[in-house]
Amino acid sequence: MPTDSQHSNYHPPALEFKSTTFSVPVLVLANNDIVIIEHQLQEKIQLAREFFKNSPVVIDLQELNKQDLNIEISELVNMLRSLDFLPIGIRGATTQQLKKALELAIPAHTGQNQASLTTDNTKPQSAQQAPVAKPSTNTESTTLITQPIRSGQRIYAHGDLIVLAQVSAGAEILAEGNIHVYGSLRGRALAGVQGNIEARIFCSDLQAELISIAGTYKISEDLTETVRNRPVQICLQNNTLTIKDL
Amino acid sequence: MARIIVVTSGKGGVGKTTTSAAIAMGLAKRGHKTAVIDFDVGLRNLDLIMGCERRVVYDFVNVINGEATLNQALIRDKNCNQLYILPASQTRDKDALSQEGVGRILDELKKDFKYIVCDSPAGIERGAFLAMYYADDAFIVTNPEVSSVRDSDRMLGILSSKSRRAEHNEEPIKEYLLLTRYSPERVKLGEMLSVDDVQEILSLHLLGVIPESKSVLNASNSGTPVILDEKSDAGQAYADVIARYLGEDRPHRFIDEKKGLFGKLFGSK
Repeated sequence: MPTDSQHSNYHPPALEFKSTTFSVPVLVLANNDIVIIEHQLQEKIQLAREFFKNSPVVIDLQELNKQDLNIEISELVNMLRSLDFLPIGIRGATTQQLKKALELAIPAHTGQNQASLTTDNTKPQSAQQAPVAKPSTNTESTTLITQPIRSGQRIYAHGDLIVLAQVSAGAEILAEGNIHVYGSLRGRALAGVQGNIEARIFCSDLQAELISIAGTYKISEDLTETVRNRPVQICLQNNTLTIKDL
Repeated sequence: MARIIVVTSGKGGVGKTTTSAAIAMGLAKRGHKTAVIDFDVGLRNLDLIMGCERRVVYDFVNVINGEATLNQALIRDKNCNQLYILPASQTRDKDALSQEGVGRILDELKKDFKYIVCDSPAGIERGAFLAMYYADDAFIVTNPEVSSVRDSDRMLGILSSKSRRAEHNEEPIKEYLLLTRYSPERVKLGEMLSVDDVQEILSLHLLGVIPESKSVLNASNSGTPVILDEKSDAGQAYADVIARYLGEDRPHRFIDEKKGLFGKLFGSK
């Protein structure tokens, strides 16, 4: 809210730290042979050259370390960079591997998988570990809302959105992934707003003003009585919005 | 610990000021020192409903601007010495209210009063925003018709996202529903939404149903809060609201149709 404007020499802060969540592909390795990894990666790249070009990637060594398979971090990183990947983190690594990664300026990710790391024979990683700020690489980020979403409110979820209460008429919920509403859905629900045509909307009581998946939408008037006030799922089939009973 | 109650609705003409006057008087009558503030700067009404319009010297904006002290501006009610009224300014507009100034006055009132009732103006602009910003409890006044219900829903959204409690991640404002101007006869004829219809959309804690009543208009015209008219149904309904708010268990009345004389004589209940 605007308050009384003051004419002073006060300089607004030039920067601030914020916390945010990114979706970053994680490269989970199951084999420690660099040649085989490189070969299989190239096959993947062939499928979508533009998608992988300069793509950030987090290296996940948890599976390898479970099998006591070591891998040379510098070789792995060099190989990834030669394929135009940009490694930005490592997780599931042993202390030795972490140290090498840090030498290559690859920060460690202290994610949820760290706890299950059993092959680390040295002392547990605590404050020792470099406190490198690293965005969460949780690709399955889900937003959970437990309060009713009232008229005029707008919720945006970068992943899936789960609403355990009602969504009032005049409210708007948007998600890049799927939308689940376990109360009455009376407002607008837009799933796959960044173009994900696989996204779906699930709701236990459909009374929506508008439903949309990846830009294809239906308004309330288009909803037939057979689907209204019913538990349904909504998905895209051949570019047509399809509403099915749940 | 003092509690700040906002009486709000979004929509105009639903009975916010009547409700503010009634609940402030009801709390004061119970012996709690209560202040009621008119946030409707420029459309001053509360003083009329409270019957103190001829005793207004200083107002809310004067106090915010430091032109008068709080004690100079507070008007003691003539019916109840535990009740004080802080009137709005009629010559200014809502921009005269600053968030910081409102906070300062509420903090000062909290030292001395048990309940502070904020009578919100209609709309969702500055006046209504400031009335609800510092609130601990919200009385959502709703009429049983769709536009009022929609506006109340919008207001609830603002309460849960823009209030001080929301901004500071504190326990959210406690929200209570007050359904006013309710007419069971018209509900039966399908001309009005029922309590259940409204609750299906808002799903709030129902504090009371105030029946449509001539006594409300009479009370407004005579400048005495309707809760003082103990014989009237609206007055009794507000008394129930106060009892429920203070934690007493009272069954809901005035939801069903009034029985005629024969119904009363021969009815089973």
